[in-house]
Amino acid sequence: MLPLIGVGVIVLGFALRFNPLLVVVCAAMASGLAAGLGPLEVLAAFGKAFNQNRYVSIVWVILPAIGVLERSGLQERARTAIRAMKAATAGRILVVYLLARQLTAALGLISIAGHAQTVRPLVAPMAEAAAEGQAPLDDATREEVKAMSAATDNVGVFFGEDIFMAIGSILLIVGFLDQNGLIVEPLHLSVWAIPTAICAFLVHGARLLLFDRKLSKRGPSLQEKGA
Amino acid sequence: MIGLPLVYLLAGVMFTAFAAMSAGDKANPKRWGNAAFWGLFAISFLFGDRLGDLGNGFLVVALALLAGTGRLGVGQPKTTTAEERVELAQRFGLKLFLPALLIPVIVLLGTFAFKALTWKGQHLVDPKQATLVSLAIAAVVAAILAQRLFRQPASAPLQEGRRLMDLVGWAALLPQMLAALGAVFALAGVGQTIGDITLAITPVDSRLAVVVAYCLGMAIFTVMMGNAFAAFPVMTAGIGLPLVIGRFGGDPAVVCAIGMLSGFCGTLLTPLAANFNLVPAALLQLKNRYAVIRAQAPTAVLMLLINMVLMYVLAFR
Repeated sequence: MLPLIGVGVIVLGFALRFNPLLVVVCAAMASGLAAGLGPLEVLAAFGKAFNQNRYVSIVWVILPAIGVLERSGLQERARTAIRAMKAATAGRILVVYLLARQLTAALGLISIAGHAQTVRPLVAPMAEAAAEGQAPLDDATREEVKAMSAATDNVGVFFGEDIFMAIGSILLIVGFLDQNGLIVEPLHLSVWAIPTAICAFLVHGARLLLFDRKLSKRGPSLQEKGA
Repeated sequence: MIGLPLVYLLAGVMFTAFAAMSAGDKANPKRWGNAAFWGLFAISFLFGDRLGDLGNGFLVVALALLAGTGRLGVGQPKTTTAEERVELAQRFGLKLFLPALLIPVIVLLGTFAFKALTWKGQHLVDPKQATLVSLAIAAVVAAILAQRLFRQPASAPLQEGRRLMDLVGWAALLPQMLAALGAVFALAGVGQTIGDITLAITPVDSRLAVVVAYCLGMAIFTVMMGNAFAAFPVMTAGIGLPLVIGRFGGDPAVVCAIGMLSGFCGTLLTPLAANFNLVPAALLQLKNRYAVIRAQAPTAVLMLLINMVLMYVLAFR
């Protein structure tokens, strides 16, 4: 029971909005001490794992490229492209992105898009520009549109990637079952990820189109009023 | 063989530059905090393997203390104004999309090519790291191409990179910190304890009850650990294998595939999956740290229910 204290520290620390880095260090210390390790032992284990997991932070090397593109007007160009399309709405743009992300993830192509590479420079500005044509946007709505863009990226990857046979989670399942004496082909597992993937597209896609209706109920945009 | 060390070197050099530029940024009242934070991160990338476990431990604590005591500011290097950007967007037009689209193309080609590419029987690039190496190459190529193509100053890639990095701030480090926390939790036996508790309260008398318990257990455990991969072995050994598959005869492929996807529903709900949920909120400069989780929560809950139904219908044909 005692090692669970670390989970408690996390829940409380995140709920009270302390700085998450400090919360994580405290949680590691709490669980480690409760399990009978010494403070320096916990610190060494934490440091070792931190060093081994440096590859997690490699994604930031993409920021200089994204930054130069922003400086050169990429977000504005993306907005202009959307304004030129009469049929574009925030929801429809995100439905298209959801489908594209699910299909590419199903082919194992996860790293070709993401929050730093595509959502911030392209998807979020496009959705925002389309929403501006649907309703007058206050700050809260703007934030909702951006948050929905990031959420759509997550849903697309999560419910697409398991259709690809060589993805980490499928290999983990195969290995685990093998250890327990059950032989399952990766292809069988990935086939059974398809029903969930289809449902995810329908559920999240429907939510995105409902989001459009919610936007248009907030009244005509300034452009439609002729302002 | 080109592999992670070279990619870490690139990241280390980049963060060293961010630290130096932060130190010289007199407009940022907290410039020394930023310089120390990105400097320590650079040291981790450049010399992490030589610091020793305890040395790395102290480095992490120093990073957490800098962030936790509010020493990090947001540097604002001079960039183009909104009006200038509209003008640049008009001038360069569709050309602006070229470097942005080149990134996925290089990642894609590199990932496939590096796995096949050999020289005298040796891989030129570590095939296990093909994606990360490709991403690093794409990042460098796109940055240089964009700087040349749009005639930006030579300092632009690093200054703009620093601008964005400061916007993300401490959240940039959180995914790696949480991965390390997972290792300490595993050492302390946190997963086993949660698995034992779940097993003790799971009703075992009906097919529906064990399916619900397994899917719900996967989701809740993932919310607490931040990672479906940590939840899967514990929950499947505890409930999936003995009950859903063993006792009620569920098809292992269906049960495990949908069980893992139930865990993913938990990933969508937890701040512990920081790279998916908190980092984008920082990248998009959202006021509410949890706005992305709030946006995807209804999808996650509905998908969890749907997964239960799918497993119940498909696993026992």
